[in-house]
Amino acid sequence: MIPEFGQLALALALCLALVQSTMPLMGAALGRADWMALARPAAAGQFVFVAVAFAALEYALLTDDFSVSFVANHSNSALPVFYKATAAWGGHEGSMLLWIAVLAVWTLAVAAGSRSQPQEFASRVLGVLGIVSAGMIAFAFFTSNPFDRLVPTPLDGNDLNPLLQDPGMIIHPPTLYVGYVGTAVPFAFAVAALLAGRLDKDWARWARQWTAVAWIFLTCGITLGSWWAYYELGWGGWWFWDPVENSSFMPWLMTTALLHSLAVTERRGIFKNWTVLLAIAAFSLSLLGTFLTRSGVMISVHAFASDPTRGLFILGLLALFTGGALLLYALQAGKLEAEGGFKTMSRETFLLANNVLLVIATGFVLFGTLYPLFVDALGLGKYSVGPPYFNLVFLLPVLPLVALIGVGMHTAWRMMPGSVLVQRLRWLAVAALALGVAIPIVIFGAVSVLTLLAVTIALWVCASALLDPVRRLLYRTGAPLTRGQVGMCLAHFGVGVFMLGATVASAYNFERDLAARPGDRFEAGGYEFVFRGVRQVEGPNFVADEGEFEFFDDGASLGILRPQIRVYRVQQSPMTEAAIDTNVLRDVFLALGESLGADAWSVRVQVKPLIGFLWLGSSLMALGGLVAVTDRRYRVAARERQREPAREQTATGAV
Amino acid sequence: MLRYVVPLAIFAVIGLFFLRGLWLNPSYVPSPLVGKPVPTFSLPDVEDTSATVSSADLLGRVALVNVWGTWCVECRHEHGFLVELARAGVPIFGLNVRDDRVAAGKWLARLGDPYVSSGFDPEGKVAIDWGVTGAPETFLIGSDGTILHKHISPLTPFVWQRDFVPLLREHCGPSDCAFLAAVGAR
Repeated sequence: MIPEFGQLALALALCLALVQSTMPLMGAALGRADWMALARPAAAGQFVFVAVAFAALEYALLTDDFSVSFVANHSNSALPVFYKATAAWGGHEGSMLLWIAVLAVWTLAVAAGSRSQPQEFASRVLGVLGIVSAGMIAFAFFTSNPFDRLVPTPLDGNDLNPLLQDPGMIIHPPTLYVGYVGTAVPFAFAVAALLAGRLDKDWARWARQWTAVAWIFLTCGITLGSWWAYYELGWGGWWFWDPVENSSFMPWLMTTALLHSLAVTERRGIFKNWTVLLAIAAFSLSLLGTFLTRSGVMISVHAFASDPTRGLFILGLLALFTGGALLLYALQAGKLEAEGGFKTMSRETFLLANNVLLVIATGFVLFGTLYPLFVDALGLGKYSVGPPYFNLVFLLPVLPLVALIGVGMHTAWRMMPGSVLVQRLRWLAVAALALGVAIPIVIFGAVSVLTLLAVTIALWVCASALLDPVRRLLYRTGAPLTRGQVGMCLAHFGVGVFMLGATVASAYNFERDLAARPGDRFEAGGYEFVFRGVRQVEGPNFVADEGEFEFFDDGASLGILRPQIRVYRVQQSPMTEAAIDTNVLRDVFLALGESLGADAWSVRVQVKPLIGFLWLGSSLMALGGLVAVTDRRYRVAARERQREPAREQTATGAV
Repeated sequence: MLRYVVPLAIFAVIGLFFLRGLWLNPSYVPSPLVGKPVPTFSLPDVEDTSATVSSADLLGRVALVNVWGTWCVECRHEHGFLVELARAGVPIFGLNVRDDRVAAGKWLARLGDPYVSSGFDPEGKVAIDWGVTGAPETFLIGSDGTILHKHISPLTPFVWQRDFVPLLREHCGPSDCAFLAAVGAR
């Protein structure tokens, strides 16, 4: 009975979403306050029913109800309880329900957080979120019902995909989804602005905070995904330019651009069209990710469920949401007037450059991702582009982008004399260049121009980001930094740290494949390894061959590495569990390959310098975002708006 | 103004590609080996170590070469249909890839052996020559040893009728493919 309750709750949520998507928008158009007032109750009710539906699915999973098709396909009675619960997003139908649930949470938060906004505006935003929600619930309900029954009921389930039986997978998808779905909020905000034909600074500030929260989750989600791929897929890579990775990365790039564009719109009342377009693009690319993974249009390790009906449905939604928003843009964008101009040397210019470069980077990634589809659809053959394409075309806009961050941070609004900038930054630039050339040559030996350039730029951004905070700490001059400024410095410092890690880990990665017998000693990447042997170990739902390697640096033992090859009992697929020894400066990554017969095993050893900087850098970016959203001006603005609604504010703090 | 329509136009073009993409199959990759002679090989038989299976065995009549392994779940799904084809008289040669001899023997004993003989390729070396990307894969070989067709994923009656039967009609001599009466004309 419980699954049927879940299905009923989903149907009721759909009804409420339809109310939420029609009445408030019509009310806002016709000026009917009573219709607009329906927005919040509808959003709250929808949240309750979606929560009931999600709880029903969890109940079915936790009680091993294999009469539910989804449970039978993605769970198993021997699965640890933890993974039973998280199996909800281990398959297509459950993932969609999670998507809807996350949207319901965002909608509820927006409903609660928009009380201080003018009713007309809040109603439009909630109305647009209602349309998105109605579309996605209809998609789940009609094409991917997680509560479908299975007749006859199997005795046990097919088990969760072993790749997903990992702590990283428990939090990666929900985190990413919160970010993905969160882009619906700036989208709704942009569409509301287009409907109203105006975009105030006040609204931009409001949207910026929500965008920042979505961006933080996207950053964390992508980082977790990359980290998971690094230690779970067992190949030692951290980014594969897989279509699905790309489709999580493109919304991130767009949201990053949007954050910076919103800063200009908030402070200066310009770049309004840009802001609106970026908001539409960020959400559209999030939806695109759903389309690509769920339709079978792309081949990907992530393509769990592909089905043309589902693909057609999502394409329809994409046409409705994106097409509708862009049509509205075509009709209304002329009304969003700029409120002032700016000089060439000013913060506005740098933020514009940031936007243009990020859009170019996104365009390249999008083109590379869709290239196989383009040539296939045109009948030109079967081709795809690989990591070499992406690495090259991504660096083209990103290297100048990161270099410009270091300058842009120190510019002022409206105008900034170039001579002041040069005076302030010249020694920093010289120091970055000197270190950027010296470090790779002295520490790592072999060099390429690109590596030197990238290390220099990375150090340059790090130094530039620390300039203001350090000055403030040492000399106590100038105004105290706002949280917005501290957040910006942290995030940009994170960009530099990330880039340093990415460059050094890729350029100076040591990798060796070899065959080893128990008792063998071998040298790899400056360490000595002793292979002690392989034994069988048992996990709750798998058996594994576990190798034991002790490794030494200059004769001193650094510990024992235990890589495994697991075979999960139900799906019988082998999985490599690499053993990784981490310290600040390097990872030693050891994976056991296949048995070569006669005791010998193939072994892959990798030593990856500074790879930890990747996760550290992206964590710093997310942390910077977190500090920035707690900036005083948001709280002050919210409080003052409550006292005196819809009054134009003068903001404190910087970007 | 025109420039406000540009984003919509770009989106419309991409959208049309998506629509087209829904009816394409990205996992279908035509093999460059189609139309070429089969790569030469000589492997021990999976069950009888003293016997060998070689590319020369394929000559003289139309035959299938099926790539399989006991580790391959989808192979299990197509196995029943292979047995049915073999009963009707279709000569099927197996290429057992990256497998264990004992497990393979048990598999054939339990599920039935549709193969004339199966080459044992534990390291997948021959499979690489054949451009095998995974299992199951099925090749259709002409009587002169030319690869006529390659099918990736399980061989089903539907696929057989759609892709294999027309090619067989075209390439079989008058008396070659008596089995078409049983598993061809439906």
